[in-house]
Order: sequence, then C-alpha cells, then structure tokens
Amino acid sequence: MSIRHSLLALLQDQPRYGYQLRVEFENRTGATWPLNIGQVYTTLDRLERDALVAKEGDDGEGHVVYSITPAGKAQVRNWFAAPVERNNPPRNELAIKLALAVTLPGVDVQAIIQAQRVASIRALQDYTKARRDTAANQRATDTAWLLVLDSLIFQTEAEVRWLDLCEARMVQQAQAAATGGARKTSNGATEDAPLNADSRR
Amino acid sequence: MSVQGPQQVLELAKVGRTFGEGATAVAALRDVDLTISAGEFVAVMGPSGSGKSSLLALAGGLDRPTSGAVYVESTPLAGLGLNELARLRRRAVGYVFQDFNLVPTLTAAENVALPLELDGTSTRKAHRQAADALRQVGIPELADRFMDQMSGGQQQRVAIARAIVGKRRLILADEPTGALDSTTGQGVMEVLRARADAGAAVMLVTHEPRHAAWADRVVFLRDGRIVDQAAAMHDPAMLLTQAGL
Repeated sequence: MSIRHSLLALLQDQPRYGYQLRVEFENRTGATWPLNIGQVYTTLDRLERDALVAKEGDDGEGHVVYSITPAGKAQVRNWFAAPVERNNPPRNELAIKLALAVTLPGVDVQAIIQAQRVASIRALQDYTKARRDTAANQRATDTAWLLVLDSLIFQTEAEVRWLDLCEARMVQQAQAAATGGARKTSNGATEDAPLNADSRR
Repeated sequence: MSVQGPQQVLELAKVGRTFGEGATAVAALRDVDLTISAGEFVAVMGPSGSGKSSLLALAGGLDRPTSGAVYVESTPLAGLGLNELARLRRRAVGYVFQDFNLVPTLTAAENVALPLELDGTSTRKAHRQAADALRQVGIPELADRFMDQMSGGQQQRVAIARAIVGKRRLILADEPTGALDSTTGQGVMEVLRARADAGAAVMLVTHEPRHAAWADRVVFLRDGRIVDQAAAMHDPAMLLTQAGL
C-alpha cells in the first residue's frame, strides 16, 4: 500500500495537517489499514524533502498544515493513471507452505489444507456478515468500506477455491500412485504417505 | 424418545446411509450427528461424493437412514408412515433444488400454492400465502407468469417461494444457485438468510465458498463423515487483524 500516494491524494483535495490526514485516510478506507501517526509525519517529511508538498504554516492551534505542490499533483495523476504494480509473483505464505509441505516426507498435506480451509471459510463468513450489516444501514462513508470488504471476499473465496484444487490434485496423484504402483516422486515418501489417506480401498 | 430441545428443528443422531449390500456396499454417510436450531443457517460443504446430497435427502425425509435417527421438530421420522411423512414434508419442510422442479403448465403463484393446496388449504388462502411468499423473494409482479415466460433467476425465486410458503420451519437447499449468475445467486442467499433470521432452520448444500459464507455455521463432510465445522467469529477487531495489511 502506498501511504505516500494516499496522503498526496488527500492533500490534493485540500490542505491538511498530519492528524487530519490520518483520520481522513481511515474514514475513506473503512479503517482497514490503521495508520500510525508517526508514519504520517515521516511520510510528510519525505514528501516535503521531495518538493511534492509544502508547509503552509500554523493553523492557529499549533497544527502544521501541508498543501500539495504542482509536482505533487502530477504524482497523484500518475498514480491514478497507472495500474498497481504486482510484486512478481506476490509473496504468498500459504502457497509457500503448501509447496514445501508436498515435497517433505511425513507432512500431512491434507490436514494443512483442511485447517486452512476452515480458517479461510471462517474469515469469509465474517467478511460476508460485515458486508451484510454495512449494506443494511449504509451511510455515504461506507462505500469505501464496502469496496474493501468486496475485495477481501473475492480474495478469500479465491483462496478456498485454490485449496479445493490443491486437494483434488493431491487425491488424484495419490490414486495414480496407488494404482500405477510406480513412484513418481523423488522425495522418498512412502506410498502410505498422508496424501493417500483419502484414497484407500 | 427425541432428545431435542424445543428450539431444535432438525436433529440427525448417529445417522448412517449405506447403498447396496455385502461386498458392493457403499457407505454414503457414517455416524453423522448434526443439529440445526430455529433461526440457524447451516451450510454443508465437501467434495463431490462426500455425502452432501444424501444428508439433505435424509434431513427432509426423502430417504431413510440405514442406521441412526432423524428428528424434525422433535418428531422421529422413522416412526412415520408414508402418508404422515408426506404430510410433514408438505407442512414443515421446504426444498430448493438445483433444477427447480416447477410445473410448466402452472403460473408462478399456482406453483407456489401447490403444496398448500395438496395439503388441504383452501385455494383462496393458499394463493394469499403464495402471493406473500412471492413478495418475500422479490417477484410479486410475476405471480401470473408461466415458467417459459421467466428467466432462470426468476424461476429459481419461484422455487424458493414454494419452499418457504406457509409456515415452513425447515428449509433445505441443494446447490440452489447452480444455474444462476453471481448477482442472482446472492439474491438467493439473501432470501435464505432472511428466512433464518425470521426463525426458520436452513440447511444449504453447496460447493461455493461465497455462498457457504452466508451461513452461521459451515459443516465439512468428507467420505460421509463430518470432519470440521466453522462458525463465524463476528469479531470486528479480528476482522481487521485478518485483513493483515
């Protein structure tokens, strides 16, 4: 997440001081990504150093108000215009965990998948309920939170579908190994590896 | 000798269902214990062949278990004759199937009123209740349409209206969104959720995580056994931590 661009975008709206920026950011993103006030000030310092924002002075109550510069506005324009960069490929702890699990002997992959599935479905239940409750008494400020929830729902759903696929593939492989007799893996796992638990008989 | 409390609409106690005999016998369900209370929405997930649909058929008295017992509103189904079972199904249980099982020569309202009329309710009263059910699923204006004059999503709503018409306390749904686009599918979930919130016990069989997530509890079946359950935490602080960003 780019705090730098987010703060710039909020300053393009109107000049603000640090605490205002933090509150405004959290309001608009459903408080999903709580901002540390220290992060806000550090980022403002850097933005000022890079001449993207400028101090307007004191608001009379001791707050230092910042405004955006023309160079800052150009950055905001570019940020909105460009697609978000994907880390290539994005780091995914679950994928890494499963990739390692299938290649190590004595690891019950199916148990890992099922434990993750229960946790993911539970999260999906919570997101779905939060979405339902938010949509039921929707206020203008909730639009952003609904978008964030939708995104979380899609991501979690994709994760569960992927787990289903992993599991189906494990079962297929185990069955092929059991019927074909030939070991295709080179990891030294025996045919009675946990993967086979579901394809007995 | 039911052990149900007053709020338990459905109870499966050590239920097993085996098809075939001897060496070719296949156990579709083994020792399944499951209770659904009034106001509770339970989703059943599992890979194909895990016993989901068998479970639903037993819950609704469409099939009988080879072992264990099924209670609907404290009534043991095993003790009922065919006629009594049929009456219980018409009065207390509503089904939604993947293929809608609607009668093409009847209008939407007539399809919805059908189970009530079969049960002896007067035509006028049945149609009043049918109109109410069609309103609940959001299509009161389609009451006089025939099935070939409706979209798949609309037909599915008629099928749901038929499942909830009258005072049905147990709603059973088997992949009810199969043929529908995702927006319409969500509409189906909204109706099922609303029925549960109004006090019905709802059991949904689905392989769609997105739909299962509407349930209060998700039950995972594998090889005919319940292997896990997930209940929503409903903890907003947790929600934010999970977002983890």
